[in-house]
Amino acid sequence: MPKVKIPRKSTLIDMTAMCDVAFLLLTFFMLTTKFKTDDPVVVDLPTSISDIKLPDSDIMTLTMTKDGRVIFGIDGKYNRERLLDKIAEKYQMKFTDDEKAMFSLVSSFGVPINRLKEYLTLEPGAMKDDKNNPGIPCDSTNNELGVWIMNGRLANPKFRIAIRGDGKVPAPLVKKVIATLQDKNVNKFNLVTNIEAKPQQ
Amino acid sequence: MAELDTSGGGGKKKHGGKKSKKMSTRVDLTPMVDLGFLLVTFFMLTTTFSKPQTMEINMPVKVDKEQSEKIEQDVKASEAMTLLLGPDNFCYYFVGLPSENAEVTKVDYSKDGLRRAVLVKQLQLDAVKRKEFLTVVIKASDESNYRNLVDALDEMNILNVKRYAIVDINEMDKKLLKKAIGG
Repeated sequence: MPKVKIPRKSTLIDMTAMCDVAFLLLTFFMLTTKFKTDDPVVVDLPTSISDIKLPDSDIMTLTMTKDGRVIFGIDGKYNRERLLDKIAEKYQMKFTDDEKAMFSLVSSFGVPINRLKEYLTLEPGAMKDDKNNPGIPCDSTNNELGVWIMNGRLANPKFRIAIRGDGKVPAPLVKKVIATLQDKNVNKFNLVTNIEAKPQQ
Repeated sequence: MAELDTSGGGGKKKHGGKKSKKMSTRVDLTPMVDLGFLLVTFFMLTTTFSKPQTMEINMPVKVDKEQSEKIEQDVKASEAMTLLLGPDNFCYYFVGLPSENAEVTKVDYSKDGLRRAVLVKQLQLDAVKRKEFLTVVIKASDESNYRNLVDALDEMNILNVKRYAIVDINEMDKKLLKKAIGG
């Protein structure tokens, strides 16, 4: 009696389809995500129970560091180009194309306007250095922060303002920044916080 | 797992002769799939976690000093509460309108501190059905910091206080605060 042969089936599966799916998803995520912009300073955000998400685009960020500096940042290359044009017009400054291109790549900066040209000649690595970011003046006599905010809103009226502050920022600075915003008729803004568990009621 | 050459060998015997060995064009895609999914996972995790939370603040339209004092007077004394954010992460509060002899109490920003204080006031007002009229005025002294301000605002959100405002600290408040710290 001949032995009954059980036909051997291959355990191999065609991986092509799975590979297609994986890379389709990969492409989707790569295109839809935006990488975290690198900040020039480290801030330890306070926590709150609020769970409103910060919008992805059209954000103007005011970062307050614990040593009392204010760093200004806006998103979008095109917005930054327009902002620099407006500032150049206001302060009668001339920027070369190189400087403009450089500025459009800087996501946030903290220099007074009179040192801006010097700042734009720095290496990208040196731009994040603390000593090159002395902070934007926001005193009542020389309120450059107000100028940046106003021109930022002129460059793109859809801008929302987000304040990122270190928990240890002294209250007078916070008040100064809020007063500047109110002075420019910005009465609605967001405070960026880390999430904290909601208490049981 | 590995699938390198399975179909190529079979054909050789049938045809015989000096035909060169046919190489299979099939490639094992398993490592590529692994890599693909690894990257997908990475992107999925980085996106969901990097989005920061925010707290929305609406400030009143700027009013001059006279107007703001008038608004302050419009609030009933029984429904007003003032938080003075003091040094060393402590909050000093008093109920009623600011006056020289307001009774100032010291609390911290924990759930048994500030939250309980505001909650007690809310319950008192709730008894007369005026809970939503509680008005909290937050005044940050120069020695307080940003975290204190956010904590105080957060308590307002937690307790659902509808009316609250951030107001500049004035001389009388400073005196009250000094007295409370000293004694």
